[in-house]
Amino acid sequence: MVETISHDVVVVGGGGAGLRAVIAMAEARPDLDIAMVSKVYPMRSHTVSAEGGAAAVIKDNDSFEDHIHDTITGSDWMADQDAVETFVREAPNEMIRLEHWGCPWNREPDGSVAVRPFGGMKIERTWYAADKTGFHMLHTLFQTSLKLAQVTRYDEWFGTSLLVENGRCQGVTAIELRTGQVRAILAKAVIVTTGGAGRIFPFTTNAAIKTGDGMAMAYRAGVPLKDMEFVQYHPTGLPGTGILITEAARAEGGILVNSEGDRYLRHYDLGDPIDVDDPRHPQLRTMELGPRDKLSQCFMREEEKGHVFEGEHGTYVHLDVRHLGEAQIEAKIPFVRELALNYVGIDPVHEPIPVRPVVHYMMGGIDTDIEAATELPGLYAAGECACVSINGANRLGSNSLTELLVFGRRAGESATRWAEEHPEIDTAALERQAQAEQERIATNFINKLDGTERIATIRRELNETLEAGAGVFRTEESLQASVDKVAELKERAKNVGLDDHSLSFNTELTAALELEFMLDAAEAVAGAALARRESRGAHQRSDHPDRDDEQYLKHSLSYRTDDRPRIEQRDVVITNWPPAERTYGPGT
Amino acid sequence: MTVRKPYYERPSSTWWLKRWPYRFFMLREISSVFIAGYGVLLVVLAMQVYRGPSHLADYVNFLDSPVMFVVHAVVLVFALLHTITFFNLTPKAMVVRIGEKKLSAVMMVTPIYVAWLVVSALVALLFLL
Amino acid sequence: MSENTTITLEVARYRPGVDERPTMQLYEVPLRDDWVVLDALNYIKDEVDGTLSYRWSCRMGVCGSCGMMVNGVPKLTCSAFLRDLAPGPIRVEALQHFPIERDLVTVLDDFIDKLESVTPWIVRDEPEPPPEDGEYKQTPAELATFKQYSMCINCMLCYSACPVYGQEPEFIGPAALALAQRYNLDSRDEGNDLRAMVIGSQNGVWDCTFVNECSEVCPKHVDPAGAIQQLKLVSAVEWFENLPGVPSRRKK
Repeated sequence: MVETISHDVVVVGGGGAGLRAVIAMAEARPDLDIAMVSKVYPMRSHTVSAEGGAAAVIKDNDSFEDHIHDTITGSDWMADQDAVETFVREAPNEMIRLEHWGCPWNREPDGSVAVRPFGGMKIERTWYAADKTGFHMLHTLFQTSLKLAQVTRYDEWFGTSLLVENGRCQGVTAIELRTGQVRAILAKAVIVTTGGAGRIFPFTTNAAIKTGDGMAMAYRAGVPLKDMEFVQYHPTGLPGTGILITEAARAEGGILVNSEGDRYLRHYDLGDPIDVDDPRHPQLRTMELGPRDKLSQCFMREEEKGHVFEGEHGTYVHLDVRHLGEAQIEAKIPFVRELALNYVGIDPVHEPIPVRPVVHYMMGGIDTDIEAATELPGLYAAGECACVSINGANRLGSNSLTELLVFGRRAGESATRWAEEHPEIDTAALERQAQAEQERIATNFINKLDGTERIATIRRELNETLEAGAGVFRTEESLQASVDKVAELKERAKNVGLDDHSLSFNTELTAALELEFMLDAAEAVAGAALARRESRGAHQRSDHPDRDDEQYLKHSLSYRTDDRPRIEQRDVVITNWPPAERTYGPGT
Repeated sequence: MTVRKPYYERPSSTWWLKRWPYRFFMLREISSVFIAGYGVLLVVLAMQVYRGPSHLADYVNFLDSPVMFVVHAVVLVFALLHTITFFNLTPKAMVVRIGEKKLSAVMMVTPIYVAWLVVSALVALLFLL
Repeated sequence: MSENTTITLEVARYRPGVDERPTMQLYEVPLRDDWVVLDALNYIKDEVDGTLSYRWSCRMGVCGSCGMMVNGVPKLTCSAFLRDLAPGPIRVEALQHFPIERDLVTVLDDFIDKLESVTPWIVRDEPEPPPEDGEYKQTPAELATFKQYSMCINCMLCYSACPVYGQEPEFIGPAALALAQRYNLDSRDEGNDLRAMVIGSQNGVWDCTFVNECSEVCPKHVDPAGAIQQLKLVSAVEWFENLPGVPSRRKK
């Protein structure tokens, strides 16, 4: 029999959004019995790698209107405007609360919080903690959560499925990694905060753990994944490893230069380059501070022209911060210097950094509304794994860290209300489901001795087909090939054989389960991309290069079937910002 | 049903032999034993001075031997080790800030060495006079 | 560097219920110029032996997952380059001073307990003001005071390097004490008194004999040894100030 544990609410995923949800629930109802399940210790969550900053309107020269406008234009009008309005209005208070909890934000000389410019933003509003903002936010949230006695943490418990009974989500099954036992955590409400799925691509800033677990679990429970075709390539990752070089390097004045020594962005409607010594540089919403989707696309075009450097790990251009000087680099982007030195042997004080676009963020995810609720009663989601949508077709840098706080809190408060109103749990039925899940894992993995496929082989082929077929520029043929290949890989994955049949901290088992999750996420990405026959934001179709608001100003909803995903559409919510041409450069 | 069986072994008492930093640490700690031992010699010296010239002469004779010379040499080496490591670690315990900048270790330690040399020079002068 | 060269890894294995104690297993991996030890372990797991268990995540030195003993020294395997360890063999073992769950995976329970024991959150006398009142003010100089101690990634290399923790696992340890100092020095925090008991306890700073290896192995230059010595000074001064009749002039 599978051991079952009961709590009021269970959160799956211990990163920024999950921790914020937990804190919100403990504040909303101090007697709530909260469980937090995470496949890694919370301080290992991928939030820790975020560098640049978190945006919120705080200075006198800024306004909610401006932040909303930047976000909506950045999203290429795919963001739901009511959600963006809510997000922008709640952002400053959330960020101030985090400051109260100890986050070491950089400061102005007068002691107030400092802000820096960031890509796609007209006005400086990105709060930052050196260039390790995500690290400081995560540790602040984690350490603050330690004082909450009503939270039970299940560290290194690997979530495998959602438990759904009577049309309600009532818990999760998870493997306690150190014993290998499948357990069921039953709850009145479930919040999924498991992050994105960047690891379906071969070159990514993402950590190993970003395998789309929660997205796939919700998808399998019948919840649609929204806007999965929109995958953000961050313009400046290190070639080979994909390690992130933060946008903050450009916010401080760094420039992108191709193999001809040309600041090539000037050819792509992003304004004109200003000399780096000019006090107006860098100019907001211009050149290197344009939005990420456009910058990544510019690189691909430069590559087509042959104006890129060739290296051991593919092509790259130069990110040059030498003109900032050692003092500014050490004060504002010290982590960039450390990473460049360690991983490519370059000191950015003396040499330009080799960079290229790498997969970084998934705008798409579990379909939620503004209250972080999914269409499955009792199930909530927040953070990168969710899609509200505030990021639409392209996310602006520094909006996602803030998103963790705003929607993490909303998810916690919504889940609390639901748990109060729905105290009954169908324990017997759930126990049977958990038992079935344990048997599935035992039969398909632990006890399966005749497997023929290797996990790494399928994963590699998955990576290859997505990079080739669903990369920065896509075509009908390339996407169809990816869709077909993913379907083939899903079949082959049923024959995966493990070397490790033990139960003690079996990370090959978790790799196999993660592979299954990744295949589900990948099928939604490729399927939704194939169905969207227009270009918008991060989704660029060489065969449909224009934006088509008439047919496609709608979210895609990918529903799981026994075969290929079923793609439906839903109108984007437009309130006060009617669709217009998306422009960058001075004066936009 | 899996039963966990974490493996734990307390490090052996010869842990300090394994790496040079640990061996150096042990030498540093042992130096205090030698300095304490030398303290005993000094206390005995004081006692003999108190008891009178013939006692002092006997003690000086005792000290004036090749063995005692070696002992003194060894104690000097350990005293130097003790002093230098102690001085070098001082900036760790005391952080001096000017605005946002921390005073560097070198800047904090240099005055201490200078003072040590000055005092040593003064004491040596006293003996020569 | 030629693609045909390889390097040997001696990796510690431990299967609970099967092995009495850890044993070493040899693997041959490609010696690539830009590979780190973690890349070699991933190669082993993907291509050669899927039964090897270890922790990793960010591969860029910020998550703290991948700490292991590399040739007897605690290191983040994501930053230990094969080219620096060539010609090998490279000995890879679980972080010492912790119980081993399996292969290269240690048990962190004690470390988490130690972190929680130092009250590692902002403590204020008054309830948290509403966000509408704005942020607490903190000057750049005040931030600089504690910034270094906030950089700890909880990788536990310092606990592996600390011989005191090795001999006396009750010692609260470098990272936890550095975290205590991070909050003590934060101008927004008013919890120094709350932490004083734990810091000054028998298993607190006074267990430390200033070996300094914790600071030597720290990949983030947190300098926990420095934090501990500073705490010792503060703890000693407080002892005097707590004597009857002595006025106190320290921050709360």
